[in-house]
Amino acid sequence: MMLKIVHGPIDVALVRRAVDQPTAGAVLVFEGVGRQDHDGRRVVRLAYEAYAEMAEPVMAEIAAEIGARWPGARVAIVHRTGEVAIGEPSMVIAVSTPHRAECYEASRHAIEALKARLPVWKKEIYEDGSAWKANTPAGRG
Amino acid sequence: MTPPGPGAKEAAGGALAVRVRYFAVLRERKGVDEEQVELLPGETLAALYARLCPAGPEGRLPVAFARNLAYARGDERPQDGDEVSFLPPIGGG
Repeated sequence: MMLKIVHGPIDVALVRRAVDQPTAGAVLVFEGVGRQDHDGRRVVRLAYEAYAEMAEPVMAEIAAEIGARWPGARVAIVHRTGEVAIGEPSMVIAVSTPHRAECYEASRHAIEALKARLPVWKKEIYEDGSAWKANTPAGRG
Repeated sequence: MTPPGPGAKEAAGGALAVRVRYFAVLRERKGVDEEQVELLPGETLAALYARLCPAGPEGRLPVAFARNLAYARGDERPQDGDEVSFLPPIGGG
């Protein structure tokens, strides 16, 4: 399974292809992308740092949880490190399942679990400084 | 005090040592991304963190503990040769 930290741009199509399986009737690709405005402060770019040796086992754990909870699901997760431009994906999650309901559920589970557990840190870089930014509960980060 | 693990080696004086990894704001504060540290007898992860990263005027940064690439509890006692880390609030995704 494709579960990894990379340094450099993510090939989204490659992550999507990694979940191809003949039993899949549904595929979803989630991209976490750099956002320009945070709390009214303009973000120029983002920088990510990872504990890669731990992050990959955490990704594998989450993928295993998904496979157990939604039998037949296939997952690929890639997070990049280094500087990321606004609008570029920092993390891509692809999920394929036999049916669409499971696909939405599994994809949602993946992003929430990764946000809560993946040992990766984000720095927002502004025109006049920078700050490390932690994740907040669902959808408000 | 828990006995040393099967792979334990003893440095001069019987001290046990761990590899400590630093990330993000802790890496910036310490100025290094890792170091080898001798453990005090019976030292827990929480105590090791307090010793290596003393609280400043703004208080101590809340962290999660990691030991051998998995989340761990602050009351766990690392063993000789372990890899440990104190994880600042995460921001992946």
